[in-house]
Amino acid sequence: MKHVKSITVENLTKIFGNFTAVDNISFDVEQGEIFGFLGANGAGKTTAMKMLCGLLMPTSGTARIAGFDIYKESEKIKRNIGYMSQRFSLYEDLSIIENIDFYAGIYGLEKKEIRNRTNEMLEKLNMKSIKNEMLSSLPLGWKQKLAFSTAIIHKPEIVFLDEPTGGVDPITRRGFWELIYEYAYSGMTIFVTTHYMDEAEYCNRISMMTEGRIAALGTPAKLKSDYNAIDMNEVFIKIAEVKRK
Amino acid sequence: MRNLFIILKKEFTQIFRDKVMSRMIIMMPIVQLLLLAHAATFDIKNISLLIVDNDNSTFSSEFIAKFNGNNYFITHWNYGNQKLAESKLMEGSIDLYIEIPNGFEKNLLTSQESGVHVTVNAIDGAKAGLAMFYSNSVVNELINSFSRNKGYININQKFINIEYSHWFNPELNYTTFMVPGILVLLVSMIGLFLSSMNIVREKEIGTLEQLNVTPIKKSELLLGKLLPFWFIALFELGFGLILAKVFFDIPMEGSLWLLFAISAIYLTVILGIGLFISTITSTQQQAMLFTWFFSVIFILLSGLFTAIENMPYWAQVLTEFNPVKYYMQSTRMIMLKGSAYDDISVFIYKLTAFSIVINSLAILLYRKR
Repeated sequence: MKHVKSITVENLTKIFGNFTAVDNISFDVEQGEIFGFLGANGAGKTTAMKMLCGLLMPTSGTARIAGFDIYKESEKIKRNIGYMSQRFSLYEDLSIIENIDFYAGIYGLEKKEIRNRTNEMLEKLNMKSIKNEMLSSLPLGWKQKLAFSTAIIHKPEIVFLDEPTGGVDPITRRGFWELIYEYAYSGMTIFVTTHYMDEAEYCNRISMMTEGRIAALGTPAKLKSDYNAIDMNEVFIKIAEVKRK
Repeated sequence: MRNLFIILKKEFTQIFRDKVMSRMIIMMPIVQLLLLAHAATFDIKNISLLIVDNDNSTFSSEFIAKFNGNNYFITHWNYGNQKLAESKLMEGSIDLYIEIPNGFEKNLLTSQESGVHVTVNAIDGAKAGLAMFYSNSVVNELINSFSRNKGYININQKFINIEYSHWFNPELNYTTFMVPGILVLLVSMIGLFLSSMNIVREKEIGTLEQLNVTPIKKSELLLGKLLPFWFIALFELGFGLILAKVFFDIPMEGSLWLLFAISAIYLTVILGIGLFISTITSTQQQAMLFTWFFSVIFILLSGLFTAIENMPYWAQVLTEFNPVKYYMQSTRMIMLKGSAYDDISVFIYKLTAFSIVINSLAILLYRKR
């Protein structure tokens, strides 16, 4: 049976010592959806995402990723997700092709399959002629596109992006989002954290986090009308202010 | 298994692509062996000696001539100027002075009882000890030949001549003694530094997190990250042994296979320590600091520079927990003495035990984080 929900989260909580980083959150993400995870720094976005990827054990609550339980089936989850962190995750001292080969290899792809996918990917990124260049010689925007493409080389069902566009110019960011859209159309679920409010508009649905809780959840249009705001920036500030009172 | 090969391939590509790293791997054994083996000698030559002759007799001239003809000493002498000798010792331009008293020869001829006074600058204790030892032996030799020449059959022999015979290193050649030790240092440093820095580096640049979301097993990852340095350190050992043979003609009395076997076990201890360090640190700087901390303790307590028997009791107890000591002893025993498995099996057991303990500890800590 094909599941329609890519991610289901119920009462997920993470406590570090006496600090509750993620406080009892619940939500669902549909397959093929671009789901934005927004919030100020320290709101708990990254912690929540790390739990969903299997990098952190939750304190309590349950979650299913691509139909698999995060406690018991973390190995299966790893085969079905891609992950790209805010810290750049390719090797600077390897060439483009060596980086791709390495990651494709550890996902267990066959040699021929690796070659096909690599060609297809380099074609799409327009990097075929420079495939033997060292990563260190590429501009940041290119590296990020490459990191994204490498993170999904095994065609996962869901890809987690943790502030993927930090530090790049608006044009490159736009290019990056076009890439994301393309994959979302083909059915890949995109789970993305960001604090660029213009990027929030690109998402199908958004969850706003403050102090470890989900303060609001809905489509950008719904959130704007709910908070009587002209853009996401205003929504964000209004939610933060409500919290402060 | 396939994952392991993929990681190994990546690691070796990165190591050999790193020009500094690959050059160091070749240059380190050459520089350490060729330079240090000569520099780190305990043999003291060119001891600067001043003889103050207050006797000015045939025998005192013979005395001076004897020292003058000795390789270990650069000998100067004067007649009766003890003040000058003192001031020279003070300013450090000489290492020791020997004062021949007035009536030295006469006393020897009549009562056979005489003496010289030796004053040594003992700031460098080891050097002072050796200078004393050398000058003593010259004096003894002199007195013996004097007694014999004069027909005394040592009527009142108060000293017993101790003759030393040095086994396994007959000429007391310090290069022979040092080279195996430097090989041990080389293997240990390469293994420890490279492994402790390597995993931390992935942590620092963020790729470790990326690897943790892939299906790679932690065991494959750790093995893939540590094995390259195991190979490189063993390569260094082989390379160093060739250099030792070619340049110093260091003997290889025992089995080469045994040496490599114990090195292979020893390296699992060293790489375990490296893994332990990279688990408890989060930057390369911290890892570097820790590695130095461990290295200095291990090396100073290994018996390379100071004999373990000369250490205070508590320090000797500490050396029991030092894997470098066991490896150092086995290497010297195999290379110089030709020891076989039975002679060093106790070291092999101890190293194996260390390896199990440190690796379990490191893996446990690694899993937790």
